[in-house]
Amino acid sequence: MYPRWLWPLSALPGVVWLLILFLLPLYAVLALAFGTVDPILLSGVPAWNPLDWNPGWMSHVLDLLVPGNILWDVFLRTCRYVVISLVGCILIGYPVAYYVARHASRTKSLLLILLVLPFWISYLMRMLAWINLLSPGGYGLRFLSDTGISSVLHHLGIISDPSNYLSGQSFTVILALIYGYIPFFILPLYASLDRIDQSHLEAARDLGASPFRAFLHVTLPLSKTGLLGGAVLITLPMFGDYYTPNIVSGAPSTTMIGNQIDLYFHGGPQPTIGAAITVLLAGFLMILMLYYMRTVHRASRELAA
Amino acid sequence: MSQTVAHAPAVGYVQRLRGRLGNRWGKPRFLVLVTWGYIVWSIVPVLVAIQFSFNDSRSLSVWHGFTLKWYTSTDPSIDSVFHSADLHGALEQSLKLAGLDVLIATPIGVFLALGLARWRGRGSGASNFLMLFPLVTPEIVAGVSLLILFSRLLRFVPFGTVAQLLGHVTFSISYVVVIVRGRLFSIGPSYEEAAADLGAAPAAALYRVLLPLLLPAIVASAAIVFAISIDDFVISQWLSSGANSTTVPVAIYAATRATPEPSTDGIATVIMLITLLSVIAGVLVYRIFTRGESGRGSAVDDIAGLGI
Repeated sequence: MYPRWLWPLSALPGVVWLLILFLLPLYAVLALAFGTVDPILLSGVPAWNPLDWNPGWMSHVLDLLVPGNILWDVFLRTCRYVVISLVGCILIGYPVAYYVARHASRTKSLLLILLVLPFWISYLMRMLAWINLLSPGGYGLRFLSDTGISSVLHHLGIISDPSNYLSGQSFTVILALIYGYIPFFILPLYASLDRIDQSHLEAARDLGASPFRAFLHVTLPLSKTGLLGGAVLITLPMFGDYYTPNIVSGAPSTTMIGNQIDLYFHGGPQPTIGAAITVLLAGFLMILMLYYMRTVHRASRELAA
Repeated sequence: MSQTVAHAPAVGYVQRLRGRLGNRWGKPRFLVLVTWGYIVWSIVPVLVAIQFSFNDSRSLSVWHGFTLKWYTSTDPSIDSVFHSADLHGALEQSLKLAGLDVLIATPIGVFLALGLARWRGRGSGASNFLMLFPLVTPEIVAGVSLLILFSRLLRFVPFGTVAQLLGHVTFSISYVVVIVRGRLFSIGPSYEEAAADLGAAPAAALYRVLLPLLLPAIVASAAIVFAISIDDFVISQWLSSGANSTTVPVAIYAATRATPEPSTDGIATVIMLITLLSVIAGVLVYRIFTRGESGRGSAVDDIAGLGI
């Protein structure tokens, strides 16, 4: 009933917008990373033609990315922070999502609203909140020392100075990362747990499975896509994060790969190196993305079979 | 008879307790604890930040009594939310960007959603792929790429409001598409076909049938774009031109890197209220529009289905 040209035309402005302001900028990063540096102005000159690409700066960055070098340390630290935060998010988030999806009957709507609430509170405000809590005399600091948690952390070597959580403490950065990203992990996980048909669990029960075995063999496999989805959804931005460590620590000992990129663009004179690191980071994250998409694809095929 | 009635509650209670303890398939107690513990942990810090925006001292951590001065004071030694040029300017910049973002990204996104949902032909698959990509691009990559674009290629775009707006719109369009497309799939083509069978011209079918049906999704996506734009930090920071294009998140970041004051908590509180109000308004309008429809495609589904 509609003319054939209508729908492509309707999509046109959006597609053109994304081509110019999303795809072209990504290409611009590549062009700058593989460009040259003006010897007088010391500013990066992008090479727009791929035939003119100069791999020099990229290989320079790759040379920095070997054990014993600062970039390598930062990369390892980033991976460590992300993995620990991810494990923390799973350990806290899975039980919460599971409870709200399976057992919260009367309080479900209330719990859902409370779970969604942090989405609509600025990430920066939620980080600022920890400054309130962990500044000298703050409620959080007093809680940690009154309950003895501070001294335990200190004795375990997790915190180097129990009176100063806001400078150079990996513990605080990881705590802030978990706090910041966990809402984005819980919701997709909740959605996949909520979709699980109760009759599968009843079947497991009738066939004599213990609750634990039923969880292990029914619930866990069926929530795999949500678990992976949530994990990827928070892993990608965590790898690019630079503001969280800057806000709750701000010390060189807690810099992440995003801080390095930020420094090369905003602090240092070498955006070409920053662009090269960005390309490497994006490539690394792309591998994660593709792995995730393949797993989701396979899982949906298995479910259909 | 009366004896059994009198004993019934007690017996019932004991049985229920025994039932719960004996039933390993019942509600696991520790999950209740973890869940409510998590909720408290996720909300209380924010409440503390709100509390200290009313603190009668410069401290963010030691309570000295209640005051409104961090919001309303006109004393030049106090950077109050509504009277300090910096904070007031940041608030204005955030609202301006978010408002313009809604006005530009919503129509583009709605048309893109319609096009992508119904266009079958060369380039439609690639366009779908292109639309999804901004949703999974780490913000720092977005910031770096737009910074390079505007500084090396499209140099005529000035940093500050214009560049920030272009960036915000770019990363808002996909949210509109996902929400509107979900709604398009749930209403299906039958209403428009019925209108056409009854003699409506294509333009009338679009305007009088499809548009009203899409309206709730359009309102919901406008509210979400507004909230996303207000909360955006990375793009606003990378494309800012300095003090005159500082948004609230950028101002909060700058304050935490120096010495945050209760007014920092204050401006965060104000922006949080604005975001929550816009989201609540969006959800309410959606509810009113879709009243009487079956559960599928509800606002909660759409918001949860954002891929967030």
